[in-house]
Amino acid sequence: MKALLLSVLWQVVQMALVLALAPLLTGWVRWVKSRLQARCGASPLQPYRDILRLLRKDVVLAHNASWLFRASPYMIFTAIWVAAGLVPAFTSHLALAPSADLIALVALLGSARFFLALAGMDVGTSFGGIGSSREMMIAAFAEPAMMMMVFSVAILVGTTSLAEIADFMVSGTVGLRVSLALALMALVMVAIAENARIPIDNPSTHLELTMVHEAMVLEYSGRHLALVEGAAMLKLLLYMALIACIFAPWGMAHPGDGLGPALWGLVTFAGKMALGGAALAVFETSIAKMRVFRVGDFLGGALLLATLGAIFLFVSRGV
Amino acid sequence: MPRTAQRSGLWKKRGNTNVAVFACIRARNVPYLFHLHFLRFGAMAFAGVAILCLLLLSVLGMPAARWKGGDGVVYGGTGAVCAALTLWAALRLAGGGVDEVVLPLGLPWLPAHLRADALSAFFLMVVNFTGATASLYGWGYGRAHHAVHGPKPGPVLPLYPLFLAGMNLVLLANDAFVFLVSWEFMSLASWLLVLANHREEGTARAARIYLIMAGFGTACLLLAFGLLAGTHGDYSFAAIRTHTPTALAGALGVGLMLLGAGSKAGLVPLHIWLPLAHPAAPSHVSALMSGVMTKVAVYAIVRVTFDLLGEPAWWWGGVMLVAGSVTAVMGILYALMQDDLKRLLAYSTVENIGVIIIALGMALVFKAAHVPVIAALALSAALLHIVNHSLFKSLLFFGAGAVLASTGTRDLGRMGGLIHTMPVTAFLMLVGAAAISSLPPLNGFVGEWLLFQAILNGPTLPQWILKILIALVGAAVALAAALAGACFVRAYGTAFLGRARSVAASGAREVNWAMRVAMAVPALLCVVLGVMPTPLLRLVEPATRLLVEAGPFDGRAYQPWFWLAPTSAVGNSYNGLVFLVVIAAVSAVLGLAIHRWASDRVRRSIAWGCGFDEPDPAGVTQYTPSSFGQPIRRAFGATVFRARDTVDMPEPGDVRPARLTVRWSDPAWVWLADPVVRLVNAAADRVNEIQFLTIRRYLSLMFFALVALLVLVAVLQQWS
Amino acid sequence: MSNLAYDAAHLLGALVLMMSFALLYQRRLSALLNAFTLQAVALAAAAAWQGYAQHSHHLFITAVLTLVLKAVVMPVALRRIVVKLNIERTIEPALSIGLTMVAGVSLVTLSILLVMPVTEDATALTREDLALSLSVVLLGLLMMISRRNAVSQVVGFMSIENGLILAAIGVAGMPMIVEMSIAFSVMVAFIVFGIFLFHIRERFDTLDVQKIESFRGESQ
Repeated sequence: MKALLLSVLWQVVQMALVLALAPLLTGWVRWVKSRLQARCGASPLQPYRDILRLLRKDVVLAHNASWLFRASPYMIFTAIWVAAGLVPAFTSHLALAPSADLIALVALLGSARFFLALAGMDVGTSFGGIGSSREMMIAAFAEPAMMMMVFSVAILVGTTSLAEIADFMVSGTVGLRVSLALALMALVMVAIAENARIPIDNPSTHLELTMVHEAMVLEYSGRHLALVEGAAMLKLLLYMALIACIFAPWGMAHPGDGLGPALWGLVTFAGKMALGGAALAVFETSIAKMRVFRVGDFLGGALLLATLGAIFLFVSRGV
Repeated sequence: MPRTAQRSGLWKKRGNTNVAVFACIRARNVPYLFHLHFLRFGAMAFAGVAILCLLLLSVLGMPAARWKGGDGVVYGGTGAVCAALTLWAALRLAGGGVDEVVLPLGLPWLPAHLRADALSAFFLMVVNFTGATASLYGWGYGRAHHAVHGPKPGPVLPLYPLFLAGMNLVLLANDAFVFLVSWEFMSLASWLLVLANHREEGTARAARIYLIMAGFGTACLLLAFGLLAGTHGDYSFAAIRTHTPTALAGALGVGLMLLGAGSKAGLVPLHIWLPLAHPAAPSHVSALMSGVMTKVAVYAIVRVTFDLLGEPAWWWGGVMLVAGSVTAVMGILYALMQDDLKRLLAYSTVENIGVIIIALGMALVFKAAHVPVIAALALSAALLHIVNHSLFKSLLFFGAGAVLASTGTRDLGRMGGLIHTMPVTAFLMLVGAAAISSLPPLNGFVGEWLLFQAILNGPTLPQWILKILIALVGAAVALAAALAGACFVRAYGTAFLGRARSVAASGAREVNWAMRVAMAVPALLCVVLGVMPTPLLRLVEPATRLLVEAGPFDGRAYQPWFWLAPTSAVGNSYNGLVFLVVIAAVSAVLGLAIHRWASDRVRRSIAWGCGFDEPDPAGVTQYTPSSFGQPIRRAFGATVFRARDTVDMPEPGDVRPARLTVRWSDPAWVWLADPVVRLVNAAADRVNEIQFLTIRRYLSLMFFALVALLVLVAVLQQWS
Repeated sequence: MSNLAYDAAHLLGALVLMMSFALLYQRRLSALLNAFTLQAVALAAAAAWQGYAQHSHHLFITAVLTLVLKAVVMPVALRRIVVKLNIERTIEPALSIGLTMVAGVSLVTLSILLVMPVTEDATALTREDLALSLSVVLLGLLMMISRRNAVSQVVGFMSIENGLILAAIGVAGMPMIVEMSIAFSVMVAFIVFGIFLFHIRERFDTLDVQKIESFRGESQ
């Protein structure tokens, strides 16, 4: 009973933590990027100010926006927030762990994308359509690639539960595995695509013909836009936490641990996020955006890599 | 023992055919004993009477079309019978046990055998549930159609109960003869129903192709059963079950079953008739054909491969995995290319049949490898997906019918903005679209989750080729699911969201209460089954026990009913209820917080169109279904369908409109159907010559045919 | 053999294979040469690791040879050729990238299917390496048939050689002479191809093999 209560407590802390940290991570990536590009850059705290400002503003709705358009930001934010709560960040002792596994996590992100794409089509402008159709094309590659990554990891570990995967990985019995390397590559490629980062999409572009994510949310304003932007920030944190949780789970607290390891888990988590954000900034600075129709090749490559990883599991000994 | 049956001698019962199953269910579920005695009393008599009622309703339907309120009588009666049969089937499924009856009908040496076991009961439940909602919907649909388009087209009323009776009989058949006769009943009734809208363009072609493919399918089934019965000549399923076929006969039997029943279910590349015929019928019949008749074909495959043929060979499942993967991915790619809403749904049926066949293939592979628990898990995934698909596909077809009834079009490019004019239909369709895109916490996701859990056990199989194949099948299932999401965003977004693209769409009205209720029931079940799938899985457990001798929950300690945690061999769990509660709680907190602390004012304004703010009555500045499909068409269609977009852009100063033309070719037609058609035509030309011979030549033809047959008989006698 | 030795060898072999995929994916000649350099480095590392794990010192020589010849000399030389010929920067693939990649994965699957059941009784390490190197060889062949540019065909040819060396270093006790000959043959091939390229360029002003085919005399 005590363990259950503790897991609920950690779950609540985790949900609050991701919510609090997500804008900071985005701000951090932007700050490092501007430093690398020899600009001063806004403070890493700027995203908090942006969101608070958006929350105070009025919503401007198009005349024919339906209830779906107004409800979608809430659904998207909830789905991604819950999904971010499922990824063990500083402890694997989470109350929701047995209710939803990695497959459910992927599907939950799929729901968020489904409603975002629908919302993009609701007002009936060409930008919404262009963004939604490209987003769904990207998803058509990214989601199976992600599933194949899940497949590789799950076969290695023997479970699809994220908490158990983290516990298993930290125990070090896995060793070096080709499949894991391939899965990591695929996951990073998917994460780049899903978060609308360079080279798939440019998070700071407003050039209409090249944008994907920005085109979908063009009609949003005020609190709706705040939710959508917040969801995007949460998603970035989620993917980084996911990569850290599967491939670098060191420092994480486990069921049965007390306050001390949990605090240490928090510190290492913050460190991992800072490192990951800096790496993302370096990568984005050093590469150019690709044409939209090369995305198929890029993500098709991710899908094939992940499939190859799953196939290689059968070659490796000790399956 | 039914006393009436004893007295008349018509009903013969064999009570202890499946003692093992019965005993194990009795041991687990003591309270069911009471039901059992009640149920076994005339259990088959009930089904027989129900089917007779359907046939009577069919006879009644002929004059009823002319009465005022006659459609209410027929649809109401059919719906009531279906509802009763659903309940009966569910109780039988829970009660377990096997009932058989032999009727002195049919061929002199082969009386009609009927039998209801757990598998039949499961499929009867699925068929009749959709039958009940479709009856309610059909009644409302007829009224709506009558109000808009004048008199009803074609004789739907007498054929509709006949179609349902045919499907029920297929599921109850216990010998090859009854099976094939009722299969033909089902095929012909549905063929005539397709012809109901015979004045519409394309229906004649659809019906012709359907008839050819149905004939082909039945021929394959006939051969398959002939092979399985072997030299005994006893066509009852009980006899087929007792003797194991040779390896060659078994292989041929499985192949012919997959061809025959697969063509009815819509396996690629035998699916060519399906997207033509299903949409051509009235929408409630489309829902039945797509949601349920394909399942009857799946039943035939399950019955033969899991039950009649005995111990499976490992590669049967492999063949099914390959066929299912190709069907799933191709089906949804086809669907993405369609502009006709009902045809899109028909192609999506092809995809879902592919997923079901994959799950069945997994079950068969694990059954052959003697891992019954995982086989039960995969089989549960298949059965659950059968229920799920019958629910959301009927819902979506009902919705498409509602749109058709109120706008008069099936073309996505002429819809748009229906969420404003048909709010209830739009909401229910959203549930259906989300469920079929397997989004949590709806039912489509649970089926997929179970299937993935089974796929994750692929590495334990002994065959190298199967291990690698299952890894690829996993990729195919994931790809199909992601593409299904794209497909339904496209369909829903262009039909219900945005602005109206035609006058008919802007003047659409919400449909009547009967149609709305008929859509609401499956939509509600989509949510309920997604949140709490475990009770249904417990209910269908007798069917998995019958086929693979294990249940999906074996080896697990007690699990509460709201928790989906299959066998200990998997170790994973999913809880839709907790999921739903957490999501609801978080949304509530979020909504309250936003409205407490953030600005809650709303201003209305025009949408941003690059400065283009003129009124746009036809909605031409928004994305069309073709333009939405373009990225995926370019990424996948260019190779698979040889899709090419050509743009005809007029010179500056030229006032004619620019045109975008999309050309694509259907590989199933290009590579399979067209060559066959050419071959048949050539053969027909040759045979045609025989009609113009002299009498002497006719005589010599007969003579040589006779001699050839005699020689054949002589040779066969030498051999045996 | 210990776990670590096995895992590291497996990882390095897979890295060589990955670089084969990278070769298939690249469209620009300079990027292609970079990927080839990386493949050679991975191969050298694999050879060195095998030398350490199998305690056979001649494998270190192979590693050094591979590193010097394939990771330094050849890419530098080829890059100079590319610069000198001033040939266009993009490769025209005969197949689309997507199809090439799908074909590549099918080939890897095929080689796994071929090698695994046949070598049931061989040691795990040998089996791995055989499957991996067969895949590298097949991918090199695929690259040679799917590309039109003569330079990328040379690279494809050399990646076939890499696959052969990968197979050779995996088998314990492979004589030194074989590696020398393989390295030498690659050298020869390189020289031949280099001269060949210059001649083609001088005569026809293009490196596109398909265009060269029409110069066989029949069409003129």
